[in-house]
Amino acid sequence: MTTPTMAMKVLRSPRARRSSTTFLISAVFLGAVTIAAIFASFLAPYPPNQVDLLNIQAGPSPAHWLGTDALGRDTLSRMMYGARTALLAPLLVVVFSTIVGILLGLLAGWRGGWIDSVLGRIFDVIFAFPALLLAIMAVALFGKGLVAPVVAMSIAYAPFVARLTRSLIASERSRPYVAAYRVQGFGGGFIALRRVLPNVMPIVGAQSTLNFGYVLAELAALSFLGLGVQAPTADWGAMVNEAQSGLIGGYFLPALVPAVAIVLVVVAVNVIGEELSDRIGGEIPA
Amino acid sequence: MTTLRRVAGKLGALLLTLFLASLLVFFSRFLVPGDPVSFLLRGRKPSPEAVAQVTAQYGLDLPPWQQYLNWLTGVLQGDFGRSLQYRQDVSQVIGDRLPVTLGLVVMAGTMIAIVGLTAGIVASLNRGKVLDRAVLIGLTVLGAIPSFVGSIVLIAIFAVQLGWFPSFGSGEGFWDTIYHLVLPSIALAIVFVVLVGKVTRSSMVEQLGREHVEVATSRGLKRGTVIRRHVFRNSIGPILTVSGVLVAGLLVASSIVEAAFGLAGIGSLLVASVDRLDFPVVQAIVLLIVTAFVVVNAIIDVLEPWIDPRAAAGAGAR
Repeated sequence: MTTPTMAMKVLRSPRARRSSTTFLISAVFLGAVTIAAIFASFLAPYPPNQVDLLNIQAGPSPAHWLGTDALGRDTLSRMMYGARTALLAPLLVVVFSTIVGILLGLLAGWRGGWIDSVLGRIFDVIFAFPALLLAIMAVALFGKGLVAPVVAMSIAYAPFVARLTRSLIASERSRPYVAAYRVQGFGGGFIALRRVLPNVMPIVGAQSTLNFGYVLAELAALSFLGLGVQAPTADWGAMVNEAQSGLIGGYFLPALVPAVAIVLVVVAVNVIGEELSDRIGGEIPA
Repeated sequence: MTTLRRVAGKLGALLLTLFLASLLVFFSRFLVPGDPVSFLLRGRKPSPEAVAQVTAQYGLDLPPWQQYLNWLTGVLQGDFGRSLQYRQDVSQVIGDRLPVTLGLVVMAGTMIAIVGLTAGIVASLNRGKVLDRAVLIGLTVLGAIPSFVGSIVLIAIFAVQLGWFPSFGSGEGFWDTIYHLVLPSIALAIVFVVLVGKVTRSSMVEQLGREHVEVATSRGLKRGTVIRRHVFRNSIGPILTVSGVLVAGLLVASSIVEAAFGLAGIGSLLVASVDRLDFPVVQAIVLLIVTAFVVVNAIIDVLEPWIDPRAAAGAGAR
């Protein structure tokens, strides 16, 4: 049996195995961060806002593994609690933008015609607003915090998902299996939602995984600017912001720990997203 | 001639996008519940005089479309209203801070071009070798360093630890300003190098595998000549396209870098204006950044056929 799919699997497997080390490390790392975030109240050595006046801006010690900040709060504990907003907010953005993007992309790609042109024009306008700029504008309108930015970023990212879905759907639409369903008398809605959509979902999912990394960095930047998560709530971006004054005084740790964590999470997400799209790339002709 | 029609079509699309963007920027204010006077005067004492002044100045008692037309007429003449915080014209406030941001963006853009192109070309010429992989990994890591992380790491190492560069302010005079902008522009450039680098690499790799390159090589042309005239020149299109996207990214990210380094540019002004509820300034800066992005992309779109005639005449015209 040498069906194309089997041949492809045989060809693909060595490559998949080779790159799986970085993939595994990234997945384990993200899993650990997620567990630390979910179970922060059990795992963290201190409450996030507990002040230790005897240990202000202290270096790593058995009592404070990652030292303390300018108010004497335990950096490790704040990192664990801070992972909650740092991960949850981008997750919401990715989920919202993916759902909205898929629906709009499906509509544009499947129906075509004037719906496609109107949606395309709207997407063009939204593309002209970088996501972070839209988030900053949302804060200017609705006040500081993460609610308005999460909505704004979802709007900013939905067109990316929609345009990808649209092009995938448009190329699927002309393939023989769609015609076969048509001939058998299946309705357009059924074919689009139940037969075509599942075929394009993996590629869209891989793209959304990559988006997660960008959104995480952008929302952290927003909190760094003092426009997102507000003190005293622990959040990675806000922690870097609060540690800025200590930085000039030569005390780097409270700023560097959350900064490095953000970079590591973004790298891990990129590794996973890129490998996912590589794997899928062999199976679904776009 | 078709060129003229094509440019006119692009111009029409450009104006339509700008018009729709201006609608979004202006009418976003109407999404906020409550009356516009109290929105504009949030956090300030709404004395009856101030209320009357703001109402008169923005024509808040007029119907919304009339307000929009008044605003747009002003904007087209460079009048963005008055800043609530600085008690100056918005255009004045922005004009004072524009040079720093432009300097920052130009310096960062130059760094991105030099490092990104070099990395992409080196990687493509060593495709599959260790050097290629090293460059790709390096680019990926750089691409995962957000501007604010880059800023604080550079401040920690080169400003505080080594003391080579200042960590705050934009300096006075030309050379001093450049000196003050070195670290900020590096911080700004870091995350974008990956874009130019990867596009250059893949574009070059694609060209290297083409027949005309083989022909040129077999004609006995020097490798340097082949790469310069037949490979790189044909790879410019995608690189230009990506540079257009960079413009918006750099302008927005400059707000982060300016805030981190205490530079008085329009990016830090944007953040400060959001913080101080100075909505007219926010509106103006958002519109400026969006306009810059749309216009630069339209220019690149129009210029592309001149740089790469294949784009105008369709595939295989040469």
